Amino acid sequence: PSVTKELSDLSRDLIAVRDLRDREAFGRLFDYFAPRLKAQLLRSGLRDGSAEDVVQDVMLAVWHKAAQFDPHRADAAGWIYGIARNRRIDLARRKPLSQPEEMPELPSVEPDAGQVLALQQEAEHLAAALARLTPEQAEALRAAYFDEIPHSRISEMTGLPLGTIKSRIRLGLDRLRHELRSIAP
Amino acid sequence: MTNRQTDIQHHISDDLLDAYRTGTLPHAFSVVVAAHISLCDECRARHEARDMIGGALLAGAGTAAISSGARDRIMAALEAPPPPPAPRGSGVFPAPVMAELGGRPPRWRMLGGGIRQQILSADREGSLRLLYIPPGKAVPEHGHRGLELTLVLQGSFADSEGAFRRGDVETAHDDIDHQPVAGPGEPCICLAATDAPLRFHAMLPSLLQPIFRI
Ligand SMILES: [Zn+2]
Ligand SMILES: [Zn+2]
Repeated sequence: PSVTKELSDLSRDLIAVRDLRDREAFGRLFDYFAPRLKAQLLRSGLRDGSAEDVVQDVMLAVWHKAAQFDPHRADAAGWIYGIARNRRIDLARRKPLSQPEEMPELPSVEPDAGQVLALQQEAEHLAAALARLTPEQAEALRAAYFDEIPHSRISEMTGLPLGTIKSRIRLGLDRLRHELRSIAP
Repeated sequence: MTNRQTDIQHHISDDLLDAYRTGTLPHAFSVVVAAHISLCDECRARHEARDMIGGALLAGAGTAAISSGARDRIMAALEAPPPPPAPRGSGVFPAPVMAELGGRPPRWRMLGGGIRQQILSADREGSLRLLYIPPGKAVPEHGHRGLELTLVLQGSFADSEGAFRRGDVETAHDDIDHQPVAGPGEPCICLAATDAPLRFHAMLPSLLQPIFRI
C-alpha cells in the first residue's frame, strides 16, 4: 500500500483493476488511453470506425490481462502500449504474432518497494530524456518504437541509407540508457 | 511454466528484436525470438524497455475524440467471459513452442543416425522445426542460402561459432558453413528456423533434403 502511493495515477488504477477488478479505475484508464490509442491508429492509416474497434479490443485485453501487470517491470503506459502494439501487428499479419511466455504470477510476494519506485522514476525520466535527444535521434526512435515502422521502411520514407537509420536508433537508445543511468540514485 | 536461464551467452540482435516487434519477421523467426525472450530475462527486459519508450511517447501524443457510447459499450463488455488463457510452457518447451506444437508433445520423425525432427511450419517465407540430436552426434555440415536461427532447448551443441546451451541462440547467415555437434550428456533438442532450404555438402543428405524438407 505504501508503495502504490508513490506510483503514477495510471499505474495505481491498473493495479486496482488487477487486484480489485475496479471498474471506476478501468474507466479512468479508458478515458486516458482510448483517445491516445485512437489518434495513433488513425495516423497509421485506419479509418475512424475501425480505429475505434481496435481501441475497444485493446482496452478489453487490458481488463482481461491485468493479472499480468507487474509494476516491477513496467509502468501502466508501457504495459498498455505493448498490448496495443501486438493488436496492431496482428491486424496486419496472416498468423498472429508468436508471443513470449507470460511471466509467472507471484501474488504472495510483497512488492519490492525499491524496485517498483526505481522503475516508476525511470518511466518519469524517460519522457524528459527523450526530449533531450537530438531531433534526428528522437525522430528515429519515434518512428521505430512508437509508429513501429520497420527500419527499411523508415529508410525509404526518409530517403536516408538504412545504415544511417539504424545508427540513429542505436545512438538514441544508448543516449537514453546513459541519461537514465545518470538519474539513478 | 518453463524455467528461465540465467547464464545465456548468445542473444538475439537488436535488428531481429526490432523486426519481431514491428511484425515484419517471418513466422518461423518470430517463434524463435518469442521462445528466446521466454527463456532470457535480459532480452525480455530489452523488449519491455522498448514498450516503455512507446508508452512515454503515448503520454505526449495527440488524442482523437472517442464517439459517444463507446465508453458505455466497453463497460458493458467487461461482463463477457475472458478469452481462453494463453498456452503454457511444458518441460523444455516454452509457451511459444507449445503453441506451435498444438499443446502436444513432439511427434518425432527419424532422420537417420539417431537424429529426429518435427517440422512445425513450412511455407515460402521459411520453415521451423524441432531437432533432436543424440549426445556426440553431428548434424551434417551445411551452408545457408539465408538466415538460420537455432535456439537450444535442452543439452548443448558446439560448432565453429562457439558453444551453445539452453537458451542460447545461434544466428547463422549465408556466409557460414557449419557442423553443429551435440554435447555430451543429454540429447540436444533445438528449435531451428530458416528462410531458405539448407545446403548440405554430403551426398546423401542433399538427396534426402526434398524428402525430409531439411
Ligand atoms: Zn537474450
Ligand atoms: Zn546451420
